[in-house]
Amino acid sequence: MAVITMREALNQAMREEMRRDENIFLMGEEVAAYQGAYKVSKGLLEEFGDKRVVDSPITELGFAGLGVGAAMVGLRPIIEFMTFNFSILATDQIINSAAKMRYMSGGQFKIPIVFRGPNGSAFQVSSQHSQALESWYAHFPGLKVVMPSTPADAKGLLKSAIRDDDPVIFLEQERMYGNKGEVPDGEDFLIPLGQADVKREGTDCTVVARSMTVPLALKAAEELEKQGVSVEVIDPRTIRPLDIETIVNSVKKTNRVVVAEESHAFCGVGAEISAQVMEHAFDYLDAPVKRLSGADAPMPYAKNLERLALPDVERIVKAVREVSYLD
Amino acid sequence: MATQVVMPKLSPTMEEGQLSRWLKNEGDKVSVGEGLAEIDTDKATMEAQALASGVLRKILVPAGETVPLGAIIAIIGEPDEDISALLTEASSGAAQAEKKEQIEESTQGRAYGAPDELAQVVPGGERTQATVEGQPVKGDVGGAPSAPQEAAPQTQPSGGNGQRGDGRLIVSPIAARMAAEAGINLHSLKGTGPGGRIVKRDIEEAMKGGAPQPQAQPQAQPEQPAVQQAPARQPAVQPEGGAAPYREENVTTMRATIARRLVTSLGPIPHIFLTTEVEMDKTVEMRRQLNELDPENKVSLNDFVIKVAAVALMQHPAVNASFQEKAVRYYERADIGVAVALENGLITPVVRNANAKSVGQISREVKELAERARNRKLTPEEYTGATFSVSNLGMFGITEFTALINPPEACILAVGAMTPTPVVREGEVTVRQIMRVTLSCDHRIVDGATGAKFLQTLKKILENPLYLIA
Repeated sequence: MAVITMREALNQAMREEMRRDENIFLMGEEVAAYQGAYKVSKGLLEEFGDKRVVDSPITELGFAGLGVGAAMVGLRPIIEFMTFNFSILATDQIINSAAKMRYMSGGQFKIPIVFRGPNGSAFQVSSQHSQALESWYAHFPGLKVVMPSTPADAKGLLKSAIRDDDPVIFLEQERMYGNKGEVPDGEDFLIPLGQADVKREGTDCTVVARSMTVPLALKAAEELEKQGVSVEVIDPRTIRPLDIETIVNSVKKTNRVVVAEESHAFCGVGAEISAQVMEHAFDYLDAPVKRLSGADAPMPYAKNLERLALPDVERIVKAVREVSYLD
Repeated sequence: MATQVVMPKLSPTMEEGQLSRWLKNEGDKVSVGEGLAEIDTDKATMEAQALASGVLRKILVPAGETVPLGAIIAIIGEPDEDISALLTEASSGAAQAEKKEQIEESTQGRAYGAPDELAQVVPGGERTQATVEGQPVKGDVGGAPSAPQEAAPQTQPSGGNGQRGDGRLIVSPIAARMAAEAGINLHSLKGTGPGGRIVKRDIEEAMKGGAPQPQAQPQAQPEQPAVQQAPARQPAVQPEGGAAPYREENVTTMRATIARRLVTSLGPIPHIFLTTEVEMDKTVEMRRQLNELDPENKVSLNDFVIKVAAVALMQHPAVNASFQEKAVRYYERADIGVAVALENGLITPVVRNANAKSVGQISREVKELAERARNRKLTPEEYTGATFSVSNLGMFGITEFTALINPPEACILAVGAMTPTPVVREGEVTVRQIMRVTLSCDHRIVDGATGAKFLQTLKKILENPLYLIA
């Protein structure tokens, strides 16, 4: 298995799928000539030409809508948002068109489209460019929402997303593009949507983490092991459909849950997981579900405040100790 | 379709039942109405019947275990049916509370099936209601029929640890479950979670028999020396200066019911106690003559007391009554609850319509009921719904005592031992058979004078039993 970055893994996924199916095309701001704001589309223009790798104007609503239309007539678009903060401009096309078209046409139109790009915080890009929007998109029936945390997951899940006949919101993380990891070789490496992954097994407390909090949770688990606490780290990988079964089975074993997320707590994915754990595993809980979320405030620009606004290893350790009644 | 068999409500006061014995094994064929298991309720041992036909696929509660009302105890289905979903539901405990609620609706003594099965049983619920309404007396020996059932144990106020100032026991769901499964009384535990919450580790400690530790033990930590972990339950040689050694036995279902019922007596009910002496010589003589006439059915003095109390109650309806918050209920016949001591508890089977029965008839009934009470074979109808109770400790040499009212009854008569006693009659000291009786009255509806007048009548008839045929 090759060790590659998440950026390379995503690139491989698109390249392999575009070779496999000529109906797939990539469109977005700076994806072609500039090879992507984060270089995820590096080399694709060269290989596939400007009909299949298309630079768009700075009009998110416009090129998202163009993508939905293309999907309706049989193409398989990948729409890249430079960051998902800009997808806010395109939500009408994503939520009102992409998510609804199959339902409202009585199944006559499939919408095989992927909207992808970085989501969440980067480094000092302040309030308008640091938002984690997974709960927005996961809220609506008709959309699938994927959030990989490793290069292998990124590749396997993006390939599945591209092959999926329904619209998929594929949320990458700018801080993680350079993260390296082993990725299985072969063009047939796929990870099905809707399957959580137990990133680490443990017996005393479950930490449900996604995207950038997964590596943090794994570090926290190492730290906690030294303190005699065995932590199980679960990455749902797909927010919708959510693999609640894997989470619940873990809770039945550990009786305690911490949800670590960089998004805001209020009406967030952590709230949803917490509610479902309560519904499915109430009798197994030894402590209330603990959410460790991003600060309930716009992201500050200042580096020190930015650090305080996001979950970190130390606070995950503290949260686990809290639900384990150790402090 | 596979159906779940739940712990049925077999008595009006039943909150949980002990699975005494399975009558069928896994894999056995069962049909509707067939006995599945014997259940020890708070009062009696009864049979739970199958409400569905098929094969007993899975027994979820082994014999000897106690589970709350509505808990899934078994699954009946076709031999090759997939029952994994039902098993998951059973193990998750989901929907069980709901089932309990549905069962609470009815006092029918049968095992209910799954929710859709329940729909077919609802007519049975109506039957039950009709039966209850057919009797002038509703409810059980205690709780007013309209009174809501007590909530789960953890919400009951008591003086134990692990609870807040308002008496509510705080316990995490998994801890509550583990305690229920292990038969641990939560009130005996001290919670180490925030605000005294009883958490998983407290139960684990209790199961080990040790005292709760303030912190979960890291797994890597070596075992503590055995001396420090000496379980509190084991008798140990201790210096006499320390706390007295003790052993603990789990509270039996019956003892728990007695405890729960009795705190609803002296606490909420303002008792007054009236004592009088009764000269029993003439009743003793009448009894002797009666027993000569019919040596096969020897009557006891207590049978006379029951009969006379019933007759006196007819003359004093205020005593044969029940306080119902917004109304006072006056009963039109005397159904006398007779306290019967058992090896490890007591029960009050009811002699119905005692005012209309002969002493001999009462005697036969009491003997028969007491015999079945000792074998725990009474049905709920036989020990609930008395209008007045008689408790007699004379056979233990107790000359006088006070008894606690059995709600919702208004009064109970405590009967002491009959003793030859020197008394003054017409200026002369002479010896008479004196028996002291004490009437406990619910002062909310029975005033001192009202109770006293009843005792006057009781005394008059017992001292001159010819009144019984007058």
